[in-house]
Amino acid sequence: MSLKITTRQVDGITIVDCSGRITLGEGSVTVRDNVRELLSKGHKKILLNLGDVGYIDSSGIGELVSAFTTVRNQGGELKLLNLTKKVHDLLQITKLYTVFDVKEDEATAIKSFS
Amino acid sequence: MGSRFCRFHRHFAMTEQRVSYTLDSTLETVDSAEQAATRIATDNGFDEDEVMQIAMAVREAAVNAVLHGNAYDPGKKVTLDFERTGRDLVITIRDQGTGLDPSKIPDPLAPENLLKTSGRGIFLIRSFMDEVQIHPSQTGTEIKLVKHVHGPTEGGKEASQ
Repeated sequence: MSLKITTRQVDGITIVDCSGRITLGEGSVTVRDNVRELLSKGHKKILLNLGDVGYIDSSGIGELVSAFTTVRNQGGELKLLNLTKKVHDLLQITKLYTVFDVKEDEATAIKSFS
Repeated sequence: MGSRFCRFHRHFAMTEQRVSYTLDSTLETVDSAEQAATRIATDNGFDEDEVMQIAMAVREAAVNAVLHGNAYDPGKKVTLDFERTGRDLVITIRDQGTGLDPSKIPDPLAPENLLKTSGRGIFLIRSFMDEVQIHPSQTGTEIKLVKHVHGPTEGGKEASQ
């Protein structure tokens, strides 16, 4: 049920591998704390890999928006990678798919950071 | 008709046309409501995508009831009813809050609201269900969610109105 997060560095980009559910309570808080910690350490180029996130609720969507704007406001970039169909569909119907920079493969995503 | 309240029971038999739960105003209730919706939608023959939609709609309605309606007040309860009529699964969620005015919820798709971090719950519920009715009152909000059953119906023991 809960969300597991691991981070790795590739060419100056922090890839955050998420696995589980991003929902009200634990999952949303985990994302928030992780992004805050990365920013506090000066890591401002963040690629959220959601390949193993099969479920997200409105709170989780809000948390992704919050992470996106928080990183941007600090002069960084946050992009999304490997959306599952369910998460993809949710971002489509909430019109957020075009707000986020969504990538489908890691190598391309890493090169796309400025 | 045939309504009964119980704490929480795990099995929903097809012969039962109506099941009710009375739940505390806690985050655990949100997960329990979602799990009950998943089980009952599955038992009623909805496909995987529909089950996910119903479960998410119930989850979002439960979030509203627990957080915004009852505001985690331990003295207030959330009630959750599942009723199978001939061609519909009807789910009713009630809280004991001060009443949600749906007309005051901003459109989450408006450009100025796209980057807001909340306010998408009711929108998602409306997106996933066939009918949604919100009845606010001073003693709480009732939200009724309807999903049409597309497959063979189990109307033989349908509860009369």
